[in-house]
Amino acid sequence: MAPSEILVPGDKRLDIAKTKPTKKGLKQVRIHGRGGQGAVTASQLLAIAAFHDGKYCQAFPSFGVERRGAPVEAFVRISDEPIHVREHVYEPDYVIVLDPTLLSSVDVARGVKEDGIIIINSNKPASEFKLGTKAKIETIDMTSVAMEIIGKPFVNVASLGAFAAITNEVTLESIFKAIEQEFAHKKEMGELNKKAAEKLYKMFKGE
Amino acid sequence: MPEIVVEASRAIALGVKLCKPKVIPMYPITPQTHIVEALAEMINNGELEAEMIHVESEHSACSALLGAQAAGVRTFSATSSQGLALMYEILPIVSGNRMPSVMAIANRALSAPINIWNDHSDAVSARDQGWIQLWVESTQEAVDTVIQLYKICEDHSVLLPGMLCLDGFTLSHVYERAVVPEQEQVDEFLPEYKPYVKLDPEEPITMGPIAFPDSFMEFKKMQQEAMLNAVEKIKEVNEEYAEQFGRSYGNGLIELYQMEDAEHALLGMGTLVGTARVVVDELRKEGHKVGLIKLRSLRPFPKEDLIKATENLQGLAVIDRHISLGYEGPLFSDVRSALFESDLRIINFIAGLGGRDITQKHLRKALLSLKEGKEGGWLL
Repeated sequence: MAPSEILVPGDKRLDIAKTKPTKKGLKQVRIHGRGGQGAVTASQLLAIAAFHDGKYCQAFPSFGVERRGAPVEAFVRISDEPIHVREHVYEPDYVIVLDPTLLSSVDVARGVKEDGIIIINSNKPASEFKLGTKAKIETIDMTSVAMEIIGKPFVNVASLGAFAAITNEVTLESIFKAIEQEFAHKKEMGELNKKAAEKLYKMFKGE
Repeated sequence: MPEIVVEASRAIALGVKLCKPKVIPMYPITPQTHIVEALAEMINNGELEAEMIHVESEHSACSALLGAQAAGVRTFSATSSQGLALMYEILPIVSGNRMPSVMAIANRALSAPINIWNDHSDAVSARDQGWIQLWVESTQEAVDTVIQLYKICEDHSVLLPGMLCLDGFTLSHVYERAVVPEQEQVDEFLPEYKPYVKLDPEEPITMGPIAFPDSFMEFKKMQQEAMLNAVEKIKEVNEEYAEQFGRSYGNGLIELYQMEDAEHALLGMGTLVGTARVVVDELRKEGHKVGLIKLRSLRPFPKEDLIKATENLQGLAVIDRHISLGYEGPLFSDVRSALFESDLRIINFIAGLGGRDITQKHLRKALLSLKEGKEGGWLL
């Protein structure tokens, strides 16, 4: 994922009214997916979105050897202050699980803060997930929304809409900007992803 | 100057593009590959007028780098780990011929066991080959340093090749904010490349002839003098860069953090310095007078600056991301040698080999061990 055109603050195309997220301090996010599912792309988009909200950000993959289908982790840090720390994310505030079948092999609750939130792509109620953590579990059916809008089970980008709604750490406007930027050469796909992200956002917000 | 969120590898490519190299010989190796991939894309899109030479090995990449530079153009390449090792035969030929080529090294452990992740064994092992080595901590520093390196290396008081050393994956694959300078600014800062000597059929010269025992040492002495000149040049370029772009990195050679009243300090290179900043801040909050020395230039080695920086210290812990097997951390050896006349207690920790994460806990332990008079060791 390497756009040759990068929109920067000040660019008219980014001139959309934006509501500032309200949270302060360093927030850490871990995204669980499978190789090829786009967890790393999602982490990069989330970092770019945070930047458009005026935040500092850092996104990085779990530095594994890429294999399609293998469990993959990607990380994001978001902060109002410059981010210097370079260690892995050990105690995430938020976890996004793109593929619920990972739960049988990966401890997605590993290290998550007690007041953290685990967001799982699932059509089952959160109460069905026993993850041995005090962190809150939220489920949202990302796959159905992706199938309905995109026609394919691409949930990585769309999941950020759910993340924005559930955590208020990033605005939907900025996620849109990040999508437009990264899908500059695949505008149609970008628009479909925006729609899916928006639907998930509104689903959670009850709109 | 636009600020963007960008992968460090791509940011380096953007920095390289601004320096307008004409020849980029490349051979892919993880985790360096994103740098040359981005450059290939820029050449393909017509954003960069350069020839990319797809060679059959890193040995050839370095040879082509030397050949192109000798023909009178600015060059760039990038590699990692065994790739740098395969270039080894050519590295001292580039420096011995005083060719100011610039390479990025996305630092990765040397095999075996095979390992694609970060440590400093590749570039630190190559420190004696006459290349300037600047080690960076962040994406921003990587962009700025590649631009600075061309200016340092090409200066006629220096005329040496340079390595931009960045931690593989731990930095190369990170997306974060960085300001990418404007072309006009870089053009003003870095003049068009004018080779000191070049291969020209109109005015033939011989490069790289044999030097007999009656002259070889003089060549080496001149290279050493050039390296010592680089000490001042790195500082100067760091200052000039600050004037023009508003960013600087310590004095160019080392950067001090919380050192004013520090009694104990950490010293290291690369991304571990970022994590160490956070650890120092935390320990300061708890009342410990601790500080941090970031070593940016491994070669030339900033001996005088280190002596000055550590004058009032009681203890120093050197973190090596490499080990000279059979002895100790090579950075530790260098630092202790530079400070041998001081009473400073210096201990050594080996950390972060083969991608082992260097955590806040590790660095906290290192600083507290130092303070408590304990020995160094392995941060496993």
